[in-house]
Amino acid sequence: MSDAEDERHQLKLKLVRGFSANVPHNKALGMRILEITQGEALFMLPYDEKLVGNPDTGVLHGGAITALLDGASGAAVFAALTDFVPIATLDLRIDYLRPAEPGQAVHARATCYKLARDVAFTRAVAYHEDPNDPIAHSVGTFMLSTPTVRT
Amino acid sequence: MSLVERLTAAKQAHDFQALVDLIPYAKFLGLSAALEGDELITTMRYGEHLIGNPALPALHGGTLGALLESAAIFQLLWNADTIVLPKTITLTVDYLRSGAPVDTHARGIVTRHGRRVTNVRMEAWQTDRGTPVATAHAIFLVMRS
Repeated sequence: MSDAEDERHQLKLKLVRGFSANVPHNKALGMRILEITQGEALFMLPYDEKLVGNPDTGVLHGGAITALLDGASGAAVFAALTDFVPIATLDLRIDYLRPAEPGQAVHARATCYKLARDVAFTRAVAYHEDPNDPIAHSVGTFMLSTPTVRT
Repeated sequence: MSLVERLTAAKQAHDFQALVDLIPYAKFLGLSAALEGDELITTMRYGEHLIGNPALPALHGGTLGALLESAAIFQLLWNADTIVLPKTITLTVDYLRSGAPVDTHARGIVTRHGRRVTNVRMEAWQTDRGTPVATAHAIFLVMRS
């Protein structure tokens, strides 16, 4: 990669980071973007009592994990694209492997593992500290829009 | 009172909203649930904090997923003979169109109610019930504790 290309590449990753950080729902959840690299995103959701699904146990609601995985997966697609084009989630499947521990932050690492002409494919894992001890796993597909041609 | 006891009380009183209000995350999303005829409809009141794409603007996919999952759980709590909080095993959401910045409604239909596992399909719509914004299906563990 030439210096100019590398600079453009870094700028794109920075844009993805800024874009994800400004999504109102990501902000409302308290999501933090820890890392954006080529085709990958690492998000973190700090524990917050307002996101609890079961007040008896203090375990986070599955919906908060869904939003985290969806957000990280979308960012991974943006991070894989050469040009910034709008994307739309087609589907997202989430397997809940075990309950999140109350009081602990949840990380989500998403990868865009295939970028086809019209569709991007992602997988993501949610975990506390150890990615090999996952809380949830997801696979998703995203439609890539072509940029609107203005005449 | 434990959550299960409070759920039982809310169910006996036919006060479904009391049940929804017990769940902090449901409050954060702005969920409410009410019987319309025989159907339990869960509604997510529009708020700016639900936006995922400010340019369109459109709802965050995660909020629709959470609404659909909640609609299924509320339906199961409403239907079940014994109240246990169902545990989601897997959830698949199909996003059909972008969610406009308005209230969104959802319902869950139990397709199979087994002894340990139950299957539910869900749909979410906004102004027109005939054109859903998202559909989903989920499998829940409902094993009696």
